[in-house]
Amino acid sequence: MLDPQGPLSNTVTTLAWVLIALMTAIFLLVCASMWVALYGSDTLRERLGGEKVVRWFGLIIPAGILFLLLAWGTTMVAGMTTLRGDEPRMRVAGNIYWWRVSYLDDAGREVAADANELHIPAGRPVVVEMVSEDVIHSFWVPKLGGKMDMIPGRVNRLKLHADRAGVYGGQCAEFCGGAHSLMGFVVVAHEAADWERWLAGRRAASAAAVPTSVPSTGDVDVQRGRRLFGDAGCAACHRIAGTPAQGLSGPDLTHVGSRLSLGAGILPNTRATLIGWIGDSQSIKPNNRMPSYRSLGADELRALAAYMESLR
Amino acid sequence: MVDDSALGWWPRWLVTACLGLVACDGPPDRAPSVGDVDLARGRQLVVEKGCAACHAFPDVRWPRGGLGPDLQAFGRQGLIAGQLPNQPGVLMQFIRNAPALVPGTAMPAIALSDQEARDVTAYLLQLKSR
Repeated sequence: MLDPQGPLSNTVTTLAWVLIALMTAIFLLVCASMWVALYGSDTLRERLGGEKVVRWFGLIIPAGILFLLLAWGTTMVAGMTTLRGDEPRMRVAGNIYWWRVSYLDDAGREVAADANELHIPAGRPVVVEMVSEDVIHSFWVPKLGGKMDMIPGRVNRLKLHADRAGVYGGQCAEFCGGAHSLMGFVVVAHEAADWERWLAGRRAASAAAVPTSVPSTGDVDVQRGRRLFGDAGCAACHRIAGTPAQGLSGPDLTHVGSRLSLGAGILPNTRATLIGWIGDSQSIKPNNRMPSYRSLGADELRALAAYMESLR
Repeated sequence: MVDDSALGWWPRWLVTACLGLVACDGPPDRAPSVGDVDLARGRQLVVEKGCAACHAFPDVRWPRGGLGPDLQAFGRQGLIAGQLPNQPGVLMQFIRNAPALVPGTAMPAIALSDQEARDVTAYLLQLKSR
């Protein structure tokens, strides 16, 4: 929040600094009055204890300051949720303990699905619809915008705006259960043209009837992992576009290999962490909905991880 | 760490490694004699490379993965993966390419530069908690 990377978070930062400055001024004023009350001359102390001071400094000035702050803050922050209507639309749904991500067309239909990572164009605002599929979560990417609650049964809208391409971290900001602090998020801002290309690719992958993500390599582990994904029951919860795996209760894994993080923004996405996550995700993120697959052998874990890595 | 010449460590760990693989005479030398190392960097790499997703380390609060063996007192351990002598040279090879030394392990090969591998090796060998 103190390192804004876009106009929307800039607003929040300005507001924060104004509040901090004001609080400091009031604190100093209180200190000064206390000093006067203890060590000041009789006339000063009499004046400080007078009704006039109480009326002005106890009532009129604080009420005035609060009113002005409220009015100013409200108009300032209004821009963060006011929509022009031509922003790219996305939807993020809070889940225990991960984020479902959808890219929407103008009519609000999902054109590509993903999880735990949001790709946006730099230099223009995007609008993100915030929903929850279980309890109240809160979506917060401090460098790019404000904080928005995700409330079951309600759609909240929040704009994000990155000045430059880059990778920005986010975090669930509303206590949602034991592993709440392990519910992270990654926002990747692309140059505008890059982003258009990227989204077109994702749309094609999502719409393809023929398997697009089937690796063409002769990697034995990848082929074995692909079979295991069905046999071990992973497909009951996870979807991989273009394959029989169409489970929707867990994160979409169509592009899991290209994600920067694993376990919702908390681990680097490598072969090693994939193996650790599949084999014992409960020790990494306690009480997440994916069981630890301790029954899988070492070679099976390796094969599954290789398959996950190949899904790009 | 306990090195005197710039090239001194190289043949020493190689010899140690070879001896460790062919013979089991006497107590294994487990002093981290891997040259100039940075223990803090080793600890940082253990987190960055994702080792902690499978193993527990005494000074890494999170994650503490439960899939692989607990490494909290790894420095006192006699064997790596239950079958290789726990010596610097062997360990250095193992962390970079576990499947080559122990076929069938779930631990994947991990990309580390020479210096990074030395740092992690030294870090692992000084783990003696409990």
